[in-house]
Amino acid sequence: MADELTIAVLSGKGGVGKTMVSVNLAAVAPSATYIDCDVEEPNGHLFLAPDIEEERTVTVGKPEVDQSRCDGCRICTQACAFKALAYVKDRLLVFSEICHSCGLCYHLCPQGALSERQQPLGVIRRGKRGNLTVHSAEMRIGEPSGVPLIKALTQNINGGLTIIDGPPGSGCLVHETIAASDFCLLVAEPTRFGEHNLALIHHLVTMMGKPCAVLLNKSTGGYNPSEAYAKANGLSIIASIPWDEELGRITADGELAALHSAHYRGVFTSLLEAIKAEAHHA
Amino acid sequence: MIIAVPAESQSLDSPICQSFGRAPFYCIYDSETERSRFIENTAVKASGGAGVEAAQLLADQGVHILITYRLGEHAARILNAADAQILKAVDLSIADNIASWKERALNALDEIHSGYHHG
Repeated sequence: MADELTIAVLSGKGGVGKTMVSVNLAAVAPSATYIDCDVEEPNGHLFLAPDIEEERTVTVGKPEVDQSRCDGCRICTQACAFKALAYVKDRLLVFSEICHSCGLCYHLCPQGALSERQQPLGVIRRGKRGNLTVHSAEMRIGEPSGVPLIKALTQNINGGLTIIDGPPGSGCLVHETIAASDFCLLVAEPTRFGEHNLALIHHLVTMMGKPCAVLLNKSTGGYNPSEAYAKANGLSIIASIPWDEELGRITADGELAALHSAHYRGVFTSLLEAIKAEAHHA
Repeated sequence: MIIAVPAESQSLDSPICQSFGRAPFYCIYDSETERSRFIENTAVKASGGAGVEAAQLLADQGVHILITYRLGEHAARILNAADAQILKAVDLSIADNIASWKERALNALDEIHSGYHHG
């Protein structure tokens, strides 16, 4: 099956064009799954406007204490790698916001004073637009980690062509996104800050053993620190999209450039083909 | 009264450490005996949850008063549960802050920050 490929669109730095690239790649694919893993600020659905077919709540387990059973042995507070438990004045305190839901505390508690309680973390939605299936998530405000949402979203990778709009940065959410992908497209802008974050994400992707290539976005024709980084570090440059005010305007209007202009349809069709070729050679 | 102060080094002339959870030491001062001692902060190198671990350490020392520049919300919850009073440090040495406390010149710390968590 030629199209069996999961592409994660990443950047390190935010605002370089991850979503613009992801939604346009999804728009030119004859049939694909689009997953918005930027669960803290999902916006792919604004461009793709899918008809929502399913919505479900994702929960995470957090410890609940039965103070009457706790004898203050402190096995749990000492074992917790995230310091989400403390014991003060004969009471066990739980800090749910720090807890990573590993379950070690209730596993270890000799008194059975800790149990698991499911708490809502956010919702995930599935929708359709033509031959495109769109998955996105919305995390509850104030939640510290969207990793379980990304785990739930990436369960929808189904063997066809999947385009993942990645979260910014190079932390846990990005790590989880990379783990689910076959190939990483690193979008980079021509700034020092862009170059710095390109290096961070390149290191992470390389460390995780995933093939990758860089897409130079907003290229102005002048000196491009991200291009220099790619050349100096043997990072393949798959394409370059020149700075174009019109592209910015179309995107700011929430439109898909690939559907709006024949030129951009060509740009993203070629880009998708180039990614497939690069991924299959990797 | 047992007073705790985050310390840059093991001396009463030392400045108060700007960080609560990642202070290298805590000065533990007993106002009844007027003796002070320094304990190492085991949380200083924690990858996360330093404030919780440090607050647990001080709660276990039976601290009644904490004098600090800053405090995160989780650490504050632990110290509140331990019935400790949280006072705002002034920009002087540990000894000067303890002297100010004796003169009742320190105010309550009214700003509790939400921590420095990262993904």
